[in-house]
Amino acid sequence: METINQLKTLEPLIYDLGSDGRFSPTLMPACDVPEAELPTGLTRDELYLPEVAEMDVVRHFVRLSTMNYAIDKGFYPLGSCTMKYNPKINEDMARLPGFAQTHPLQEQETVQGNLALMYELQQWLAEIAGFKGVSLQPAAGAQGELAGILMIRAYHLDRGDDKRTKILVPNSAHGTNPATSTMAGYTVVELPSDDKGDVDLEALRKAADETVAGMMITVPSTLGVFDHNILEIVKIIHDCGGLMYMDGANMNALLGVAKPGEMGFDVMHYNLHKTFSTPHGGGGPGSGPVAVNEKLLPFLPGPIVKVSEPGTDEYAALYSWHTPEKTIGRLKAFHGNFGMHVRAYTYITLHGAEGLKAISRYAVLNANYVRVKLADTFKVPYNRMCGHEVVLEGRLADAPGVHALDISKRLMDYGIHPPTNYFPLIVPEALLIEPTESESKETLDHFIEVMKTIASEARENPEVLHSAPHVTPVSRLDEVLAAKQLVLCCRPAYLDKEG
Amino acid sequence: MAQLKTPADLKYAKSDEWVKIEGGEAVFGVSDYAQDSLSDVVFVELPTVGTEVKAGQPFGTIESVKAASDLNAPISGVVTAVNSALEDAPEKVNTDPYGEAWMIRIKPSDLDELNALMDMDAYTKYCEERG
Repeated sequence: METINQLKTLEPLIYDLGSDGRFSPTLMPACDVPEAELPTGLTRDELYLPEVAEMDVVRHFVRLSTMNYAIDKGFYPLGSCTMKYNPKINEDMARLPGFAQTHPLQEQETVQGNLALMYELQQWLAEIAGFKGVSLQPAAGAQGELAGILMIRAYHLDRGDDKRTKILVPNSAHGTNPATSTMAGYTVVELPSDDKGDVDLEALRKAADETVAGMMITVPSTLGVFDHNILEIVKIIHDCGGLMYMDGANMNALLGVAKPGEMGFDVMHYNLHKTFSTPHGGGGPGSGPVAVNEKLLPFLPGPIVKVSEPGTDEYAALYSWHTPEKTIGRLKAFHGNFGMHVRAYTYITLHGAEGLKAISRYAVLNANYVRVKLADTFKVPYNRMCGHEVVLEGRLADAPGVHALDISKRLMDYGIHPPTNYFPLIVPEALLIEPTESESKETLDHFIEVMKTIASEARENPEVLHSAPHVTPVSRLDEVLAAKQLVLCCRPAYLDKEG
Repeated sequence: MAQLKTPADLKYAKSDEWVKIEGGEAVFGVSDYAQDSLSDVVFVELPTVGTEVKAGQPFGTIESVKAASDLNAPISGVVTAVNSALEDAPEKVNTDPYGEAWMIRIKPSDLDELNALMDMDAYTKYCEERG
């Protein structure tokens, strides 16, 4: 409650800014349909809608936006989330009337441009990861995962193999991987990591039997490292009859450098809202296309776009919807989050093949630069060449009582968004840092310097960390209350007074 | 680390649960080390009376502001009592992990399984190794 009160002091609720009957003149179209009274039983008056002038609304939300933190405001090294800069041209393209004002139920002859864009995006995403087919349906990464595991299940059942009940998941995977497997009705078998951060091959060999439907692995893993034995892992699973799922949320490390399809993976999802710069973290929605090899092609969620008539010199190609033969079905109404397809298409066009490769090379370079520069100050538990992110231990031997959370909160005082805390679970006091390719060397140097300053403060003046943040609109949040009180409802102050 | 408690009359599992034998029954909870690493516990999910639990297998879940984890049974048996007070007051795991925050009581099926667990000295060393 303290936090909510702090916030209300800074900025009242919009309900408390209004007054009965206050409004701004506006131009509404004339009513061109007959008017009718609402049936009395269906009207209600308990909805308190704010009555405010246009200027009040604008000022209210502009003030709130200045209290927010975003990638457009500063460095945002939130590991596992790829908070790269989202170029504004993406927004311009998504707002072109030809895209923005089409309706998903329009006849396909009238939306050929949209279909062409989706078809090309399907092809590009297949090419980038070395797969044969792509469905753009999944609304976000977790739904892409679910699609992938449902396809693996459909594949086994289609062959009459109904004895496979397990999915193997390394303990360095994203938390959504075991959740997805469970949602799809499988039993999850967790595999340990070895001391280098790779999958423990001995444990894998022991677990790989004829009851295994497949394995879900995050590459690079949440430890930020690329498994040395990835080809061996794929072989072990294929030898026992299982299929390989790659969580492609970390594709920002691999663009133009390594193709999961060529490593032997059968299915993978992308997060367009990570790798391909479509907005996320409140700016969404997400988009999690799923890519497959030949084995799973008939099972893709549909409809997908195909070429129904190839183009000639004179005429453009014609595109149409196509439902794959043994599809697992629809995952979402209409055709996925189309606005995100436009943004990702724009981003890929903007960069081209060489540009995409450069993105991953700089993302990996930036993460390794931070790793090497901070390795003297913080323990790097898996101190080897990392991918696009690096995990540190957010604790110091000579500053007992200072936790990763304290370091993160203190970073906010220096105007930097905290890294991911306490994930991956297998690193104590984990700080998972993902700088992305967007950032300049100056920004990285500033971050490194701030991290070193905070380490000194932890030793000399730990209280300044425990009580951080000090300069943000609200001070430290009550995380226990936030986890326990699931229903939050802001009501106008006059209603609170009435009780 | 030194200030964390590790009572001598308990046995400990690698996954940081403790077990105490009391008049033919066994009581489970999580160790002081576990609650300290988890930080503020916000939710505990426990099985119902009559459920069969197996050594090394999950019998419930515990969630803190940091993470959600499985609770693993140190030994096998059938649940005879559940500490339902933890539903409303999960913070007891932080304040009194060996007392008020006991989780379940079981009728053990094989007391020999206790031999696979750590005693106070071994567990203290195990915690120190992890830092």
